[in-house]
Amino acid sequence: MVQLMNRTDKETQAAVSPVEAPIRETAKPVVYDTKQLNLWYGSHHALKNIDLPIRENEVTAIIGPSGCGKSTYIKTLNRMVELVDGVRTSGEILYRGRNIFDAKYSVEELRTRVGMVFQKPNPFPKSIYDNIAYGPRIHGIKNKKILDEIVEQSLRGAAIWDEVKDRLSTNAYSLSGGQQQRICIARALAIEPDVILMDEPTSALDPISTLKVEELVQELKENYSIIIVTHNMQQAARISDKTAFFLNGEVIEFDDTNKIFQNPADQRTEDYISGRFG
Amino acid sequence: MVNPTTRERASVQELIAKAGNNKRKKIIEKIIPVILFLIAGVSVLTTVGIVATLIFETVTFFRQVPILSFIFGTEWLPFSNKEPKFGILPLIVGTLKITLIAVVVAVPIGLAAAIYLSEYATDNARRIIKPVLEVLAGVPTIVYGFFALTFVTPVLQTIIPDLKIFNALSPGIVVGFMIIPMIASLSEDAMSAVPNAMREGALAMGATKFEVAMKVVLPAALSGILASVVLATSRAIGETMIVSLAGGSTPRFDADFTGSIQTMTAYIVQVSTGDAGYGTPIYYSIYAVGFTLFLFTLLMNFLASRITKRFREAY
Ligand SMILES: Nc1ncnc2c1ncn2[C@@H]1O[C@H](COP(=O)(O)OP(=O)(O)OP(=O)(O)O)[C@@H](O)[C@H]1O
Ligand SMILES: [Mg+2]
Repeated sequence: MVQLMNRTDKETQAAVSPVEAPIRETAKPVVYDTKQLNLWYGSHHALKNIDLPIRENEVTAIIGPSGCGKSTYIKTLNRMVELVDGVRTSGEILYRGRNIFDAKYSVEELRTRVGMVFQKPNPFPKSIYDNIAYGPRIHGIKNKKILDEIVEQSLRGAAIWDEVKDRLSTNAYSLSGGQQQRICIARALAIEPDVILMDEPTSALDPISTLKVEELVQELKENYSIIIVTHNMQQAARISDKTAFFLNGEVIEFDDTNKIFQNPADQRTEDYISGRFG
Repeated sequence: MVNPTTRERASVQELIAKAGNNKRKKIIEKIIPVILFLIAGVSVLTTVGIVATLIFETVTFFRQVPILSFIFGTEWLPFSNKEPKFGILPLIVGTLKITLIAVVVAVPIGLAAAIYLSEYATDNARRIIKPVLEVLAGVPTIVYGFFALTFVTPVLQTIIPDLKIFNALSPGIVVGFMIIPMIASLSEDAMSAVPNAMREGALAMGATKFEVAMKVVLPAALSGILASVVLATSRAIGETMIVSLAGGSTPRFDADFTGSIQTMTAYIVQVSTGDAGYGTPIYYSIYAVGFTLFLFTLLMNFLASRITKRFREAY
């Protein structure tokens, strides 16, 4: 069943790519394919008929005014949104060809493949080392040598190794906000996920930390697919390959970032990125 | 900015000055702290008074009975006509037996209840279960006492035929049940105080709910949980009615849980309700025992505050 889906997916891509005009010819494989997704918080219709193919090794930025459903969408991708009481969804999200809402798809499995970095840094009140080793440990990795390796590699990956290597056993809360956020990124990297979801990861950070995280995102896309929510237009323009513009729970426009910022197809997109509303 | 000239009333600053609240406020600000200090002073004085009496009478006791034979004596025979003996150890052992059983019963159940309430229960379930726990905490201990004697002991006797009518096991278990609400409720408070962002961080990494509870919430709330256990232990040590009713009155220095025991508190009850003459060693002995008990609970409270600091996981 799954294999079948995978194959059809590839075939569809091969067939569709040339038709999707704005997408470069070298279109990468789709990681996350959202099809006709609707989401309700109780009676509040927060996401409306979302269609969004997200591709491998790209940074996809999600922009839009406050309350338009950006966080809701990104939390739906790893099904964290279901922690809220009374959430209902319809439509499907295919992750690597499998519908994540499928009853047989365990959320733990999905979230092991899809990491998340939150708006506010939320390290565990444990040592820096234990924070990074947390994920590998719950997934059964116990070997001290391997864990040491993972911790170093993840901290390096998150560009914070040099700052913390001499105090791995201190509490993560003794770090600055920007450092904490990079610890959280390292924590997400530690299980070597396939996709990293970031919900305004730099909104609580100073410009220098922000820059570091942005550089980091650029490096990470070599190995990961990244979906990042941001309120910062320059940031979206600087670091993303694709941009999706959300408004009132709908995707108004989804295209190459250059296109969106230089020559948007929809008037509302232009109004938003030029700061005329939102 | 409103243009002041277009308003018919005076500016707010002028109105404030005219109201002249300042003087009255100053007087109140002076008097209130004095009144509060006096009220607080009453409770401090009461405590000091009680402790002073305790120490004073205890010192009198040690004029009649050597202190070393009290601390290290393994026989507690105050009513013996020939040779009364005042070795506190049997009473301490009796107290510790009860405390041990109670803690062994209460900690797992209390923690399980706390984890359920803070991590799994729906709002509705919590709304029902928490008040029930609080009712359990409000049951008078005398009721627990005859529950131990008339229900738990007979039930236990069907399992352990050797069990005497008065024993350590039954009141120990019942004291355990008595302190469950305390552990459950205080631990639940500590666990609920752990920010949701931390749970989400773990869940987003593929942790299951149980892994989140055990490896994130529990460690983060550890100081509060340990403090609740210590405070509950302190209550078990000081518990009186249950052990007086169901524990018996045989001070024994051994490790047997099936036979009659006596705790420090039960001894004090026994003497207080009897007719020990004023000025006799028996009369003063209850102060010495009371003082010992006081030291135990003081130690527990000290431990609780140390633990709260030591295991504080900053977040
Ligand atoms: N837990 C919730 N319960 C009910 N409604 C919610 C909940 N979370 C979000 N909403 C509603 O869903 C809509 C989308 O919210 P969402 O948080 O996704 O917006 P957002 O685009 O991330 O905004 P921001 O930029 O301010 O973070 C809003 O109208 C919001 O009020
Ligand atoms: Mg948001």
